[in-house]
This record gives sequence, C-alpha cells and structure tokens, in this order.
Amino acid sequence: MLRDITLGQYYQTDSVIHRLDPRVKLVATIVFIISLFLVDNFIGYLIAAVFLACMIKISKVPFRFMVKGMKSVVFLLLIAVVFNLFLTPGEPVISFWKITVTKEGLSMAFKMAVRLVFLIIGSSLMTLTTTPNNLTDGMEKLMAPLKRLHVPVHEVAMMMSIALRFIPILLEETDKIMKAQIARGADFESGNLIKKAKSMVPLLVPLFISAFRRANDLAMAMEARCYRGGEHRTKMKPLVYHKRDGMAYGILAVYAVMSVYFGRFFRI
Amino acid sequence: MAIILNHVSHIYEAGTAMEVAALKDVSLSIPDGQFIGLIGHTGSGKSTLVQHLNGLMKPTSGHIYYNGEDIHEEGFDKKKLRSKVGLVFQYPEHQLFEIDVFSDVCFGPKNMGLDEKEVQLRAYAALKQVGLEDDYFYQSPFDLSGGQKRRVAIAGVLAMKPEVLILDEPTAGLDPKGRDEILDQIAALRAETGITVILVSHSMDDVAKYVDRIVVMNQGSVMYDDEPRKVFRYYKELEAVGLAAPQVTYIMQALKEKGFPVQTDIITIEEARDEILKALGKTGRRNA
Repeated sequence: MLRDITLGQYYQTDSVIHRLDPRVKLVATIVFIISLFLVDNFIGYLIAAVFLACMIKISKVPFRFMVKGMKSVVFLLLIAVVFNLFLTPGEPVISFWKITVTKEGLSMAFKMAVRLVFLIIGSSLMTLTTTPNNLTDGMEKLMAPLKRLHVPVHEVAMMMSIALRFIPILLEETDKIMKAQIARGADFESGNLIKKAKSMVPLLVPLFISAFRRANDLAMAMEARCYRGGEHRTKMKPLVYHKRDGMAYGILAVYAVMSVYFGRFFRI
Repeated sequence: MAIILNHVSHIYEAGTAMEVAALKDVSLSIPDGQFIGLIGHTGSGKSTLVQHLNGLMKPTSGHIYYNGEDIHEEGFDKKKLRSKVGLVFQYPEHQLFEIDVFSDVCFGPKNMGLDEKEVQLRAYAALKQVGLEDDYFYQSPFDLSGGQKRRVAIAGVLAMKPEVLILDEPTAGLDPKGRDEILDQIAALRAETGITVILVSHSMDDVAKYVDRIVVMNQGSVMYDDEPRKVFRYYKELEAVGLAAPQVTYIMQALKEKGFPVQTDIITIEEARDEILKALGKTGRRNA
C-alpha cells in the first residue's frame, strides 16, 4: 500500500538520459515546464507531446511508471479541470439548469489538463532517470552563484539529499510499526474520521521517535567523520560536462525555440 | 494441533525484476505447548515465516490452518487470531507509544474489547510476568533502559494472553545478562502457563538450552526439523549455511577426536561438565 508512491523514485536502467549530467536534466525540466505555460495553441502542445514521448522512449523507463506517479494527483487534476470548465465566462456552448459550459471554459480546461499531465510526467521523467544524490549534486552546482548572496546552497542541497534518502527508510519503518501494532490488535482501517485519526497515534508516535533517533545517529556519524559543510569540500565524483550534454543542450534549445515560435506566435 | 502450514510459499514483488522467493514450499505443524526454536541466518525467511503465522502476511500459495480453520478463508476473524497468536517483533521497544508503561501494556487487551478492570488486571499480570517492578509502571516508557523497554514491549503482547507466543530475536542487542534474564523469564512463563512458544534466533547457544524442537531455515526452505540433539549432529552442514552448533558441542567433538570417551550430543554447559568429569574419572583411574 505504501510502496505505490513513485514521485521521486529512481528507475534503474541504462540509457542516454540516465547518463546525462543532472544539470542538463534539471535545466531541461525547467525549460519544458516554462514552455508548457507559454504555449497556447494546439501545435505547441503537439510539439511538447512529441518531445516528451521521444524522451520517454529514449529513457527506456516503462510508461506505466509515469502513470503511477499520476495517481497521486488525479484529484488535483480533476478539480482544476472542473473549475475551469464551469467557471470560465464566455460564449456558452451547452447550458442546463444553472450550469453553463463555455467555449473558453472548454479550451481552458483542456489546456489546464494537458499542462498538468505533461508537467507531472516531465518532472517524474527527471526523477525516474536521476538518482537523488545526482539530483542534489546538480542543484548544488546550478545554484552555486547564489552563494555570493549568502544563500547556504551546500547545506540546502545536503538537507535535500538526506530527506530524499530517508523516504524509503521511513516507509519501511512505517510498515514495520504498523504491523507490530496490528499484531497488538490495532485497527487502522475501520471507524469514522475521528476514530481513524486517533488510531494513528500508535503509529505516529513511534515513527517520530524513530525518525529523531535516526537523525541523531546520522548527525553523530557525520560529525565523527569531521563533516563541516560546504567550504573547501571536494567531491569524489565531480560533475563534468561531456559531449552528449552539449548535444542535449542543443536539442533543448531547438525544442524551446520551436515550441515558443509555433506555440505562441504562429497563427494558422 | 494448533498451527499447520501446508506448502506455504511467499514471493516478494512478484512479477517484477526484484522478485525474491522468501519462503519456498514450507510445511510445518506446530502442536500445542511445544517450545520451538526457529533458526536461520539473516535473510533465510524466518521473519517472513512468523508473520504468516498470525495472518499479517498472506502466502503467495499454500494454506495456513489455526485449530483446523484456514486463516485466509472468507469471514475468519483475524483480529481474534492475532490475540491468540501473539507476535513480538524484532526490537519491539520501537513500537512503544503511550505516556506511561502501564497504559502501553493496556493497548493490546483494550483493542480486544475487554472491560476496563480485566484490561488492567491483565496488564498488571503481564508486567509481573516479565519481572518489571511496580516503581516503573507509571514512568514514561522512553525513560527506561533498553532491556526494560523490551520487557514492557513483550508484556504488551503477553497481556493479550496468547495461546502461541512468537518472539522474533528477543535478545538482539542485549548484553549477556539481559539476554539470559529474558530467556529465563520466557522459559518460566512457558513452564507456568503451558503456552506454545516459538523463539526466532540465529544463535544456537540461545535456544539450545530451552527448546524441545529446532527448525532450521535456509534460503526460504526448512533444512532440518528435529530435536536439538539430533539437529546439532549436522554441525558441519549448519556451518556451511552460516550457522553453528552450540560452543560446547564443538568442545565435545574436539575431545572425542583427541581420544576421550565422551558423548558428542551435548548441548548445555552443565551436561558437558558432567560428561567431562565422567570421562576424566574413568581415564584418570586407568592412568593411575
């Protein structure tokens, strides 16, 4: 039940996308997301869809993994679509009782749905092809200029990588404590909302305690190895751009120009 | 016959690349009142097996019967089963959550829907059974020492008055004194109440002294299932799968190889002492 969460999970396989520098993937994801919001005609979405489909194909990650990530946001998607559909003023298409669907509403709802779906698939493609460690490395490198403004970039990146690392550990721990309490007759499923919330106490208290204990142990272990933050810290595997990364940037630039040109300014 | 496992298999992550068979065609019968040691090295499937016994996990194939009823049959009361088959997990102290020791132990019996008085009586009796003094009853469980926490957690399961008590590595991480105390208390409890006890461990020394029967697991299958003495005869095979016979068994083997007339199926230090004295007595006289 708890293992269904794929957002932020890595899918192990060997592909060009997996081998790309994490910085390229981060920039590409950001560019892709921006392009989704700039584009406002059908051709633009078609270009985005083709681009995304190609990337998924090249990444060798099975499509069902992307869909799995979608499950957690289906509700959000539904709300966005429904609100846009019924609450956008404009030229009515269908009208019954107090509900009116307008032409503008239809197109807004469609755009919203496509944008959200592409956004989620695009960003899960990044997390599925990049290990959490690589991802935070990339972020740290990309945000390095912010250090001038006294932003603790290294610390933020370190916290993120630890947080990501702890997700599977805490999931496992939750599973274990849940089982232990079920063995003592706990019931997490039946009852009304208040009863359900109350039944979470025997799960949450031990979980918090264990999270604090682990955090404490980790801090101690890091200190024992003389960890002291970002200054002068070197990396075992420093990020270096390869030829393929340059090519990837090239492809990305072509995509960005095409999608903005056709998707925004091109009029049929 | 209390629990019967009929050709039980369990596969994790079936149908994916990470597929692992944790249990392979395990058949066992666990009669009432037996004291069983379930032994295997890390990853041999012991913990998976015991989680099947109270219905926390469902076998991929095969059936489990409790007193003749299939526990995964439609309409079988699993909650009741879990109060009858008490499972103490590894590091059970990590599941404590209440504000004081006594309320934590009350959690199990309360979930069984017993009345207030009965719940408290059971909690009190259980805490006494694990040898915790009254002074600790109203302290926070998090202020206790590791060994005491573990006892509170075991009491939490005992308070449900299970007919079968399963302990998954109850001595992991305890010092020798704490280990002996917990094992002695479990043995005393069993002698007193006659319940079935299944002790999961990877240490033969831990279980040899107490149990009537040893089940050795290896890579998800039952490798040996017999009386301790008989199982330890295969000490060489046990070593090959990362286990070992009790230390004294090795000493007796070595003595025999050196020509002392001793029995080798010795499993406790006391027996070994008697046997060595007997042998020395004889050889001593011959030499004189």
